[in-house]
Amino acid sequence: MKNILVYLEASNNNLKRVSTEIATAACKIANGAKVTGIMINSNKEVASQASKFGVSEVILVSAPKIELHSSTAVAKIVAETAKEIAADCVIFPANSTGLEVAPRVAVKLDAGYIADCIELAADNLIAKKPVYAGKAVVKIKCETPVKVFSLRPNVFVAAENPTSIEIKEKTFDLSDSDLSAKVVNIAKNEGKLDVLEADIVVSGGRGIKGPENYHLIENLAKALGGAVGASRAVVDAGWRPHNEQVGQTGKTVSPTLYVACGISGAIQHLAGMNASKYILAINKDKDAPIFKNCDYGLVGDLFDILPKLTEKIQKAKM
Amino acid sequence: MNILVCVSRVPDTATRIIVGGDGKSIDKNGVKYIVNPYDEFALEEGLRLREKNGGTVTAITVGTDAATDVLRTALAMGVDKAVLVKGDEPADSYYVAHNIAKVAREINPDIIILGRQSIDFDSFQLPSMLAEMLGMPSVSVVSALKIENGSVQAERDVEGGKETVVCSLPCIISAQKGLNEPRYPKLPDIMKAKSKPIDTRDAEKTEPKTTIIGMEIPSKARAGKVLEATDANIDEIVRLLKEDAKVI
Repeated sequence: MKNILVYLEASNNNLKRVSTEIATAACKIANGAKVTGIMINSNKEVASQASKFGVSEVILVSAPKIELHSSTAVAKIVAETAKEIAADCVIFPANSTGLEVAPRVAVKLDAGYIADCIELAADNLIAKKPVYAGKAVVKIKCETPVKVFSLRPNVFVAAENPTSIEIKEKTFDLSDSDLSAKVVNIAKNEGKLDVLEADIVVSGGRGIKGPENYHLIENLAKALGGAVGASRAVVDAGWRPHNEQVGQTGKTVSPTLYVACGISGAIQHLAGMNASKYILAINKDKDAPIFKNCDYGLVGDLFDILPKLTEKIQKAKM
Repeated sequence: MNILVCVSRVPDTATRIIVGGDGKSIDKNGVKYIVNPYDEFALEEGLRLREKNGGTVTAITVGTDAATDVLRTALAMGVDKAVLVKGDEPADSYYVAHNIAKVAREINPDIIILGRQSIDFDSFQLPSMLAEMLGMPSVSVVSALKIENGSVQAERDVEGGKETVVCSLPCIISAQKGLNEPRYPKLPDIMKAKSKPIDTRDAEKTEPKTTIIGMEIPSKARAGKVLEATDANIDEIVRLLKEDAKVI
């Protein structure tokens, strides 16, 4: 392997956390290969932050026609850049952008692609990836000269590895057909942390009894600085929006702490959160399966426990 | 409107996964299979588009004879035609995309709809891969879809919000929960679906681009410190969150 291309993104004029994670992972597998970053429609200041994580060159592409985002255009830019620098490995984050763009880039480069990796071995590029919502993990390798990977956020640890950096600015001309799918609006859930991005997730299940009681979950999440999640039962009952659902047919999360409140622990739910570093379960049924899959547990009435726990955490933080 | 919906056959979500004798795939003994849950949203959306615009819905799957059952479910839900591209168990997504693309070139759909991911390999790669092979725009993880006069407006779930994406037909959409409420097939339709024809073709082999070399069941040792929720024990949990997990 000679050249690794890493897809980097900015958020609020900073390099995204997931970008620092995948840059670090790229350096770990480099074994002397050059690690080049690619950033689209960002600026030199953000691009140069990549030097802290071992990236020695960033190709800063200006493509104003994209405006907000375009998966088709981004795929074209990344694939052409990969060809230009003779990249034999292209690394994306397994976030909403990476998961949509990477398969297109793989087809353009006639490359094997492994999605949502949680490990990438430095010596032979054998990847590990969860399957069946994390109930199993496969070891898998690419058979092609050019290899494409997307790496799951929050799993690879970013480590500082400062180096000098060269920023190469480039303008990319796009035709209308390159922009065949184009984002025209982005609506942010203001002030709401997403379960996929949060370091702490607090989820409610059937035990919360109704949407009118969800403030107990929200208050605990707020005290911990975490995001609000939900079990499938709660989402299917219409108490919470589907984008909060954690589990096999929802989102698979791997935060530092996952708090399950009034969730019995069906296998589909466990699959979506068992990669969490620590799990705290709160349930009135001491025989609930969730207690067999937790680090800490509190057996009792959550309507009694949650306000107390929230208050004690607030105090502990002061 | 000519609509193509891709479906896949996956283990029921309640399945306990056990590694099979080959050490790299699951033990299929006693596993119940279902239509991939996200493909039900794709099928429903296809049927609604037909109800609104007229046309034909074709369901397609790539797999062994066993995959016929998901096509029967699709027929019972109301699709007009079913295609089985028959071959070995799919080796990788590229093989599946290649074989669907081949049929798609023949039937020229205005729209191809898939589930956002198949819940066995969870790779999220088929929609974009297929779109690239066919030179079509695509929008993945779509939770709201509007099509008027050939132009498509799709809302897609992203971290912390929603993106609105526009493209034109023909295009590829991958369905997210929330897009619609899938219908349940009625008993008479299930019975009728059993005798409907299934257009079966042979799959074309492709050189594997990725190879699975092993499978394991992750096991994480958890402390399992479960306490009665007394005030003192809640204090103890707060202490553990602070000193052990270091999240406070």
